[in-house]
Amino acid sequence: MYSKELPLNERKIARCRKIAAEIGNEVASLIHQNSTVGTERGILRMLGLNGALKHQGLQYPVANLIVDQLKENNRLQEGALFWVANALLAENIQMDVLEKGIAGRTINIGKVKPQDTKKTRKFAQELAEKAYRNLKTYREKRKKIMSHQKDPLREKRPLKYVIVATGNIFEDVTQAKSAVHDGADIIAVIRSTAQSLLDYVPHGTTTEGFGGTYATQGNFRVMREALDAMGPEVKRYIRLTNYCSGLCMSEIAALASLEGLDCLLNDAMYGILFRDINPRRTLIDQHFSRLICSVSGIWIMTGEDNYMKTTDAVKAGDQVLASQFINEVSALNAGMKPEQMSIGHAMEMDPAYEKVILMEIARAQMTRQIFPKAPLKYMCATKYKSGDIFTAHALDTVFNLIGSMTNQGVLLLGMPTEAIHTPWMQDRSVALRNINYVLNGSLGLSQEFGFNTEGFIAKFSQKVLDDCLTLLEKIHRDGFFKAIEKRVFADVSRTINGGKGADGVFEIDRDVYLNPFFKLMGSKI
Amino acid sequence: MAEINLHQLLPYGDTTQDGAVQLSFTLPVEPSAKAREAATQLVRSWGFFDVKIAHMSSIGVGYAFFVVMARTEKSIDYPKVEAPQLDLQKRDYKEIDKKILQEVKRPIRLVGATTGFDAHTVGLDAILNMKGFDGDIGLERYKGFKVVNMGSQVPTEELIDRAVKENADAILLSKVVSQKDIHIHDMRDLIAQLKKRGLENRFVLVVGGPRVTHKLALELGYDAGFTIGSRPSDVANFLYEKMVEKKNGKTKK
Ligand code: B12
Repeated sequence: MYSKELPLNERKIARCRKIAAEIGNEVASLIHQNSTVGTERGILRMLGLNGALKHQGLQYPVANLIVDQLKENNRLQEGALFWVANALLAENIQMDVLEKGIAGRTINIGKVKPQDTKKTRKFAQELAEKAYRNLKTYREKRKKIMSHQKDPLREKRPLKYVIVATGNIFEDVTQAKSAVHDGADIIAVIRSTAQSLLDYVPHGTTTEGFGGTYATQGNFRVMREALDAMGPEVKRYIRLTNYCSGLCMSEIAALASLEGLDCLLNDAMYGILFRDINPRRTLIDQHFSRLICSVSGIWIMTGEDNYMKTTDAVKAGDQVLASQFINEVSALNAGMKPEQMSIGHAMEMDPAYEKVILMEIARAQMTRQIFPKAPLKYMCATKYKSGDIFTAHALDTVFNLIGSMTNQGVLLLGMPTEAIHTPWMQDRSVALRNINYVLNGSLGLSQEFGFNTEGFIAKFSQKVLDDCLTLLEKIHRDGFFKAIEKRVFADVSRTINGGKGADGVFEIDRDVYLNPFFKLMGSKI
Repeated sequence: MAEINLHQLLPYGDTTQDGAVQLSFTLPVEPSAKAREAATQLVRSWGFFDVKIAHMSSIGVGYAFFVVMARTEKSIDYPKVEAPQLDLQKRDYKEIDKKILQEVKRPIRLVGATTGFDAHTVGLDAILNMKGFDGDIGLERYKGFKVVNMGSQVPTEELIDRAVKENADAILLSKVVSQKDIHIHDMRDLIAQLKKRGLENRFVLVVGGPRVTHKLALELGYDAGFTIGSRPSDVANFLYEKMVEKKNGKTKK
């Protein structure tokens, strides 16, 4: 028998979601009881405190300085918003004057005399509401720009995603423009190697990075303006994405919404597993960042594709799927719509295996069916690429075809030179020629064939789902953090109190601590 | 088969000694007859002849992409080429293990890490972790090695501290990211910091990564370099031979 879709057991899928929701509760209670320096800085960014000052040769953000001052003066328990409101009342000044005062070191927010608590809280609430309205305005502005151009989403084909990673934002613009001319729909500015470990967001435009370009407000703006300017010329809307993992998740989300980014690679698990960021710290930060994304209409892009790089990808299907379910829950807890969840997966099985293409189709199609509304982010082969650029190009052709026939939302284009360097302009162009051919030539292919319900592909996908259910049950039994410690994901072990940025987490008393944003932004936590 | 003259070694296209190569590159100008001619002259100026622009097309706006077929007469005297290579006797895991226990008489202590901001661990893990790589088991599985794998993003100082603390015999460094020669920078950093602490002769120094060659490793002051496709047993074998050599007080080059 042949059917249009793979025969996946709906009850098992529902059961996976239910267990994932329970796992999500463990993270939710953590978020309920704690905040972090990063989250507080995110709040300050929402209030518009985006300036920076020269500090030991660096551009150090005012938001960091404020949180440092509050921490030094034991004032973090009330939350940064409360003390900003307090300072504004005490000094009877506007936000920009406060910002200048802090940058000019004439105001130490940790030492401003406390005003009447009730009055301060009320004022803080007003500030938050105003910031929330601003966020909505940025969103409206973006929607308007989008409405003037044709959205490639409506073309019923995957979006073509390419990276630029020269280290210099102006060079990145040159490369991005060229890619857009050759058909790219999403430009991802890859972030400099070390940035996820920085506990502040660098300031201004930058021209020096390793393996990528610093994610800064200035750089966001430069690229956004360049892409917006291209829209009318190429007659389609070009999306922009950047990285929002590491120690500054919510701050970057706030800056991204201000500067009109469309997507963010937003996944605490990436930070935990691959950058050794403290799990509590980054999961708390992630929630606030996702709230911001949710309200700003920014798609989050999750990083499960990475798990397959440190494990045997043939066997990793269950952990990828389990993590996708968990990521979905945490996005739902932040009020996100499935249409905003660009859930990640990848074609990373060893190409030497017999039937490897069948296995890849099975997983791609299975993911499509389990997350029907999500603009799935499907990543090309990387790990098994070698310096043989010709064979790499062949792998990419197969990837493009699988992406097309299984209706993926976003295809992260493979580069022939993947194993050698970050893409040159011509590498990207050759990759775009490949995908343009495949997408154009295979348009509507998925409507033309069905799956053998007893066949290899069906059985392989059913097994992944079964294994995932078993795995989720195990994670639930052990507890999420214990499971991470036991190497459930990516074959990497991390402990709840280990990793970078752990000292930035602090416990809160909900009666004292003030953060009206959760409620305003529709947090389910 | 045609005679191959190794003293005048040339690329092989489809005829012996034809010197055929294929190139691809981009020029920051629009494709045009002039651009094509410029590309031809450019390739000729690099010492090629019989230059054929097989393909020219635009990339974005203002850039022309070329695929070029050409030939060269510049040959190399192959027998005279020197490329340091580890010359190891082939041994399997069981044999190496047995020899270490017989000749070194204790497990060889190793400390490995990826330093700097490099977060890549797959290569180092492939050598060190139990499961190994390409069907070849990792050094952790050997009785002849005691392995400390510090993982990635390790500051050089911490790697040295740990090696001292573990009284290690060898340090195993992995460097994967190579943009702007960061791998070379970090390789030098380890050597410099060891020198600063007077530890330059204390450890056997091994480095690995996709852009590392044995030659580069030797030039920078390491004892060996392992690149793409290296297997744990290659590394095990080297470490064993090096330890025996050290024990016997010989220093062969
Ligand atoms: C997997 C991977 C990742 C994973 C790493 C997960 C992990 N825990 O390792 C993730 C997704 C996290 C990652 C992230 C990044 N990556 Co990466 N990654 C790769 C990828 C796809 C495969 C590398 C790999 O695992 N190869 C398999 C192993 C087995 O091979 P190997 O490392 O060469 O190891 C062998 C030998 O070299 C040797 N060896 C290696 N180390 C050692 C050590 C010793 C002691 C010995 C004896 C031998 C030895 O033995 C091994 C077995 O034979 C490559 C592309 C590619 N196909 O090569 C890009 C690649 C290496 N990454 C790259 C980049 C730029 C990054 C980022 C910096 C991007 C960014 N800006 O965010 C980030 C950040 C990481 C950071 N801070 O360093 C670039 C590097 C470009 C360059 N030339 O500098 C590459 C080439 C991709 C590209 N084209 O852009 N990456």
